[in-house]
Amino acid sequence: MAEMVKKATRESYGEALTELAEDYPQVVVLDADLAEATKTAFFRKAYPNRFIDCGIAESNMVGVAAGLAACGKIPFATSFAMFSAGRAYEQVRNSVGYPKLNVKIVGSHAGISVGEDGATHQCCEDIALMRTIPGMVVLNPADHYEMKAAVKAAVRWNGPVYLRLGRLAVESFNNSDDYKFELGKGITLRDGKDLTIVATGLMVSRALEAVKHLAEQGIDARLINIHTIKPIDRGLLVKAAKETGKIITVEEHSVIGGLGDAVCGALSEECPVPVVKIGVNDQYGHSGPAMDLLDEFGLNAAHIEETAKKFLGRETQ
Amino acid sequence: MDAKENRQLQILACKVRMGAIEGVYRAKSGHPGGSLSAADLLTYLYFREMRVNPEHPKAENRDRFVLSKGHGAPGLYATLALKGYFPMAELKKLRHIGAMLQGHPDMKGTPGVDMSTGSLGQGFSAACGMALAGKMDRMEYRVYTLLGDGEIEEGEIWEAAMFAGHHHLDNLCAIVDSNGLQIDGPVAQVAGPAPIDEKFRAFGFDVQIIDGHDFGAMEKAMKHAKSVKDQPCAIIAQTVKGKGVSYMENQVSWHGKAPNDEQYAVAMQDLNRTLSELEAE
Repeated sequence: MAEMVKKATRESYGEALTELAEDYPQVVVLDADLAEATKTAFFRKAYPNRFIDCGIAESNMVGVAAGLAACGKIPFATSFAMFSAGRAYEQVRNSVGYPKLNVKIVGSHAGISVGEDGATHQCCEDIALMRTIPGMVVLNPADHYEMKAAVKAAVRWNGPVYLRLGRLAVESFNNSDDYKFELGKGITLRDGKDLTIVATGLMVSRALEAVKHLAEQGIDARLINIHTIKPIDRGLLVKAAKETGKIITVEEHSVIGGLGDAVCGALSEECPVPVVKIGVNDQYGHSGPAMDLLDEFGLNAAHIEETAKKFLGRETQ
Repeated sequence: MDAKENRQLQILACKVRMGAIEGVYRAKSGHPGGSLSAADLLTYLYFREMRVNPEHPKAENRDRFVLSKGHGAPGLYATLALKGYFPMAELKKLRHIGAMLQGHPDMKGTPGVDMSTGSLGQGFSAACGMALAGKMDRMEYRVYTLLGDGEIEEGEIWEAAMFAGHHHLDNLCAIVDSNGLQIDGPVAQVAGPAPIDEKFRAFGFDVQIIDGHDFGAMEKAMKHAKSVKDQPCAIIAQTVKGKGVSYMENQVSWHGKAPNDEQYAVAMQDLNRTLSELEAE
């Protein structure tokens, strides 16, 4: 069993790139003047000749990445999610997605947990944007070990991938020896029959906490970690819907177009069941410490727990 | 270049124009004006300048071309067909359902197209990436990209220009098809990117201004471009929009409109006349 570490997934990303570099000489890393923050600085230090700082020009960075990929490179074009997925959306769609080029678009500091920088930098729309691009694989790993596995899977996958990274340090939990990352496959972290909680990214560890509390109160909740939001693990979700009848989705992202909508889309034809979506409710964030913001927006274990109890008609009086 | 070679290129360019008109006419839509202004430049690149082989369209060491002004696709397609990348008959199916030739270049579906383009400003960035890859891998190939003078109003163009200058991409040659017109009117009246040459120079480019319909001038400019070290090159090619078809020349309205049956006949008459004159010489 690997050790438990508390680390932001952006750090795990920077480490993974550096570790993979020898085996994959085609990998090159691009950044837009945020290498210290996105942790591509690890790679820059180890492989300066394979690191390209594009300056504060994300649209061009994505286009340059497309050109590099057209010549056989595997570029990781990295910036804050707001800019790589947001500002450069059309470059991702037309220069990377449409020609199916082997570019990995990386969005760091995603979600509300950017914290103090405030609404302009808190991207809660990146998953929605990237999901709409035909053929785009969308990955949102939950901890250190999952991020490392996801980076490796992204390198091996020949085609466009969006990879979401967080700023905040998270406790690792995917440290068991039998942990296996498979692109497009969800992971059942806890079996249960009363309802299913489907979580992604930063919210998985919080959901894990919630199901433990629920179990103590006699509620048998299933927990599924969806690290690949596209293509989503439809089979696993339909099975959970059939067996538990109720689903709660949890994401640090807008409830519009993210994991919640992806889950609803997967279930609607085969097994429509009631789904409650926990996420950012069609609103902007604001400045503040990340942990406080997560609490304010209901992105914590307590809110997941309350929502589950209410869903089951077991509100605390 | 001698007179005979020059005439041969003119003949090819005339055939490129005919192919472009044919495509747009059959598609009942498309962009004739900018295809015709670029026809001589495209002809020169594919028949004189670039080291490419239609038998091996994906060869690693080939020179690359990115049509950043992707709406000039009918001109590019006619050039590629004449070069032998695909049958001329494809031109008649331009923009048709199920056809290979899309409204804007699609590298997945069309042999010889090195980058998918159409959304303005994006091709230039991709060309920079290709040139950088060449540098990283110590490859000998060169990258050519054709920009529109309207297109350079896009901010991404200047992000890319800054990138090319910063990375000393001397294997990159950007050609501006400066025909002076865009959809809403003369470029100078719509947004005014002038002075284009000084802008590129300020971004670290070696800049030349040439007549974009003069093959001798292109030969000289390309020769110079290849001799420049540590700097990317920009060639501002002064062109006439709609060149070669009497009623389309310098007309804003022929930016993105297909000729009707009568207009098609007149265009073909114009071009056939030019062709027979050239062939008679």
